[in-house]
Amino acid sequence: MGKLLAVVLLVIAIGSAIPILMHTWWMPEDISSHGYMIDKQMSETMAESGIAFVAAQLVLAGFVAMFGDKKNGRKATHLPGGAKAVVIAAIALVGTEVLAPLPIQVQAEQFGFYFRYAGPDGKFGPLHPDKIDEGNQNFFGLDPANDVESRDDIIAASLVIPVNKPISLMMHAKDVGHSFYVRELRIQQDFVPGLDIPMHFTATKVGKYEIVCTQLCGLGHYNMRAYLEVKSQEDFDQWLKQQSQ
Amino acid sequence: MQLLKSCTATVTALTFAAILTAAPGGGTVTGKVTYTGTPAKPKPIDMAKEPSCAKQYTTPLMTENVVTGSGNTLEYVVVYISAGAPDESSAPSTAVTFDQKGCHYTPHVLAFQVNQDLKVTNSDQTSHNIHPLAKINREWNKSQPPGTPPISEKYDKPEFISVKCNIHPWMHGWFAVVKTSHYAVSDGSGEFKLPNLPPGKYTLTAWHESYGTQTQEVTISGNETKSANFVFTAKPY
Repeated sequence: MGKLLAVVLLVIAIGSAIPILMHTWWMPEDISSHGYMIDKQMSETMAESGIAFVAAQLVLAGFVAMFGDKKNGRKATHLPGGAKAVVIAAIALVGTEVLAPLPIQVQAEQFGFYFRYAGPDGKFGPLHPDKIDEGNQNFFGLDPANDVESRDDIIAASLVIPVNKPISLMMHAKDVGHSFYVRELRIQQDFVPGLDIPMHFTATKVGKYEIVCTQLCGLGHYNMRAYLEVKSQEDFDQWLKQQSQ
Repeated sequence: MQLLKSCTATVTALTFAAILTAAPGGGTVTGKVTYTGTPAKPKPIDMAKEPSCAKQYTTPLMTENVVTGSGNTLEYVVVYISAGAPDESSAPSTAVTFDQKGCHYTPHVLAFQVNQDLKVTNSDQTSHNIHPLAKINREWNKSQPPGTPPISEKYDKPEFISVKCNIHPWMHGWFAVVKTSHYAVSDGSGEFKLPNLPPGKYTLTAWHESYGTQTQEVTISGNETKSANFVFTAKPY
C-alpha cells in the first residue's frame, strides 16, 4: 500500500509540473515598461516553488515507499535544535517613474470610468462633488462657471495615452469600491472611496486594450469597462488637440 | 328586444364619451421659446464601453441639457397651465411611451398627466436600468434586459423628475408630470401650442431643465388665439 501511495504522489507531482513547464496557461502579451519585471518575478517564483514542490513530493514519495509499511511502533523524532526565525525587511525603491509623468485623473463610478486631462493650461480645476451631473457629462464635479482652470479640462471615456511616456494616474471613486485592471499592463489597483490613489506606469506598445473593473461594485459591474488606447506621441497630441476644441 | 336595449345603451354611452372627450373649442395659446446670452455648447457623448449602442451613431450623440435651434430658439421647454384650469378628473386612457434606443432616451423630455399610463420600452440589445429620481412621487428603478416587455408605471403627483440609467451614466431625460391636460413641449423651432382652452384667466408656466421656470398670465375669451413668448437667459457654463 505504501508503494502504491508513493507512485500516486510521483504521478501528481510530475503531472502538475508539465503544464507549468510548457507555459500552457501563461499570461497575455506584456505591453508595459515594468511588466517584464512582474513576468520575471512570476517565472522565478514559479521555478523556485516548482522545484521545491517537486523535490518535496519526491522526498515524500521516497519516505512513503521506504517506511510506509513498517509498523514497529517507533516514535517519530524531530530535527534537533530550534531554528530561529530570521526576518529581513527589504525596502524596494521604485523612483524611476517620477520623471515628468503625464498626470491623468480617473473617476470610477457605477458603472464606468472617466478620465480627465489638465488641458492646455496644465492645471486641473478643483472638484466639487455636489456639481456632479452625469447627464451633462460632468462626471468629476467641475464648476467651470467659477473655476477658470476647469474650463479647458478634457474629459474622456477612454484612457488615451502616449506610448513610452510615464503616466501618473490619480485614482478616485465617486461611489463605491471599484478596481482598475489592465491585464497587458500587469496592473490591478483598487479604488477606495475617499482616497486619492496614485499609480504610475509606462506603456510600451501601441494598441487598444480593455480596462475592466475587478471589484464587484453593483448591478452593472459586469458592464463596467473602458478602453486603454496607447498611441504614438504624434497621434496622442493630435487626439488631445481634437478634444480641446 | 334585449339586443336593441343593449345597442341603445352602447350608443348612448359612446355619445356621452364623445361629448366628454370632444374638443370643447375655445381659445389657443401659441408661442415661441427663445434665449438671450450664450448657451453652453453641447458635449459629445462617448459610448465606447457599450459597442452595441456606439455603432448606431456615425457622429457622436450630443448632450441635451440645452438644445437650441436657429434664431436662438430653445427646444424641450415644457409649457403648461399651472393655475386657472380645473384639475383633471381623470387621466387620458392613452399611454405615453419613453423609449431607450441607442443608449439614449427618446424623447429627452416626456410630458404627461398625473395617473396617465407610462410605458418604458427598451429597443436596445443591451440591458438598461431606468431610474427616475422622484422626490415627491414614489421613487423606483427597474432593470430591463433586451427583449423584455415594456415597463408600466404611473405617477400620482405632479413633479419634474430627472431620469437616469443606473448602467449607462450618460443617459439622461426628464418626466414632466403635470395635473393639467393643457401642456406642450417646445419643438425644434422652439414653438409650442396649447389648444382647446375654455375662456378664463390662466397662469402659463414654462420650465427648462437648466434655466429654471418662468410664468406669465394669459386671458382667453372666446375662440381667440393668443401669443405668449418666453425668453430665457442662457449661461455659457
